[in-house]
Amino acid sequence: MPIIKVENLIKKFGNVTAVNDVSFNVEEGTIFGFLGPNGAGKTTTINILCALLSPTSGRAFIDGHDCAKESALVRKSIGIVFQDTTLDKDLTAEENLIFHAYLYNVEKSERQKRVDDALKFVDLFSRKDDLVKKFSGGMKRKLEVARGLIHRPKVLFLDEPTLGLDPQSRTNLWEFIIELPKKHNVTIFMTTHYMEEAEVCNDIAIIDNGKIIASGSPAELKKIVGGDVIYLKTKDNLKAVDEVKKVLNVDASVKDGEIFISTIKGDACIPELIRTLGDSVLSVRLQRPTLNDVFLKLTGKEIREEGGSGSDTIKEDVRAYRRRHS
Amino acid sequence: MEFNAIYVIVAREFKKFVREKSRLISAIARPLVWLFLVGAGMSRLVAPVGGVSYMQFIFPGILGMTILFSSMFSSISIIWDKEFGFMKEILVAPVSRFSIVIGKALSGTIISTIQAVIVLALFPFLGLKLGILNIIGVILICTTVSFSISAFGIVLATFYESYESFSVIMNFIIMPMFFLSGAMYPVKLLPEILKFVAKLNPLTYGVDALKHVISPLATGPMSPDFNVFVDIGVIIAMSVVFVLIGGKAFERKG
Ligand SMILES: Nc1ncnc2c1ncn2[C@@H]1O[C@H](COP(=O)(O)OP(=O)(O)O)[C@@H](O)[C@H]1O
Ligand SMILES: [Mg+2]
Repeated sequence: MPIIKVENLIKKFGNVTAVNDVSFNVEEGTIFGFLGPNGAGKTTTINILCALLSPTSGRAFIDGHDCAKESALVRKSIGIVFQDTTLDKDLTAEENLIFHAYLYNVEKSERQKRVDDALKFVDLFSRKDDLVKKFSGGMKRKLEVARGLIHRPKVLFLDEPTLGLDPQSRTNLWEFIIELPKKHNVTIFMTTHYMEEAEVCNDIAIIDNGKIIASGSPAELKKIVGGDVIYLKTKDNLKAVDEVKKVLNVDASVKDGEIFISTIKGDACIPELIRTLGDSVLSVRLQRPTLNDVFLKLTGKEIREEGGSGSDTIKEDVRAYRRRHS
Repeated sequence: MEFNAIYVIVAREFKKFVREKSRLISAIARPLVWLFLVGAGMSRLVAPVGGVSYMQFIFPGILGMTILFSSMFSSISIIWDKEFGFMKEILVAPVSRFSIVIGKALSGTIISTIQAVIVLALFPFLGLKLGILNIIGVILICTTVSFSISAFGIVLATFYESYESFSVIMNFIIMPMFFLSGAMYPVKLLPEILKFVAKLNPLTYGVDALKHVISPLATGPMSPDFNVFVDIGVIIAMSVVFVLIGGKAFERKG
């Protein structure tokens, strides 16, 4: 039985249809990626799954519990890292986690141990007594992930977990996230509008304008745009093209001084090319399709990269300033 | 009811209150300014009536003011929690909305009562003589009133999304509540229309109950306006209503 089950979900805000007849399943112990540009309806879907919003129609289940009717059971089985931070910046890292442990009624004998373990897990144990406002974006995100795991949820939602982080923190966070299903026995549901980040997912659904436009494993999705492309430079390109076509039985052509070969299994094709062409090969380059290409092919547009979190931080600073001076 | 959740909501608020020294200082300074600048000035205009000096007359009102401001500030912090996201951490937890409201109301109650007790300690300087029973009575009333005003603040906070509304609440709700509570002048001397408004104000009954306990022998215009049992009954009834409305308002989903 899938751990998350969504059937014909629709959510309307006035005359805006944020989620438009969405259905999908997520299997236990996997990483599921919900991909789409800003405003596609990812956060709205998460809010429905977390019982924070009621759907206009359709149904959603987590571990067999109806999100609209059994909100208490659903909430017990999930952890969530929201798109915008929900830590209390005026409390320390440890205090934020202790708060969470009480809120989720973690047994007294377990409380401190789980909090300590969580802090150690994200390498923040030595900073446990620092106020969260002193933390960097990456540290805050990790602390939120650790917090979301304290009550041992079955599903952990991560809404744009890497938004606003620098590239190094992003890589770092990903290495950490892909370990979670094994280490914590949890299913990950994550959203992102950075397509390349979704490569680590077992399954992906691509959402645009509230509708799922494609789903499957990353490899399956890439088949939509065709296979790999090999770029080849030889001493005599024209002669080589004929040879390649004849021997390998693939589609090849010359473009801008390079031979351009489309094939399904690019990596397996390269040794054969070298064997066929021998010494005349000058350089070989393999290009595999990215999920970005998939999105482009499906919608005819690029996934926009907006500096969303940058402006969010400014907004937050302005608010904090006004708050101090009001 | 989730006692762990209620406990930790209160503990968080309390911890932040203790940490934020400026908040405590301004909370104590405000009643002192009113008592000794406004009260002492007015004492020269208003002669003692029925054995009560003007400073003694406004003392219950000053306790009421301490409670009003600190309870409202504590509850209105919900708006900040919404704005800065922390409210989501609470709302997504398996905790009933009712427990959240109780937790927030108790936070305001404890913080306000502590401040009221600090201000109460000034009574000997005003020539008031309070026995131990009166002091206990005052503290109990302060606790009940704090709970009621905190619960009222929560109801307000559920209707506001951003703290830009804060100055609206301050100017159009908190200040009128203070002036129309019998704190600075007796309700019985107000024009009819304002008397009507004062009777809708939960603080009015709190200040009145405090007058009963602090100056029990007062007569004439500076004496209490209502029966003490009516005061306490109204405060408790309003608290229940505010908690129920607050719980319902939190329940709202988009
Ligand atoms: N509370 C709301 N009221 C009105 N419209 C909303 C609300 N929340 C989201 N929307 C709209 O629904 C659409 C989907 O938003 P969202 O789920 O936040 O997208 P994503 O998370 O994929 O960026 C957007 O057009 C957004 O403006
Ligand atoms: Mg979003």
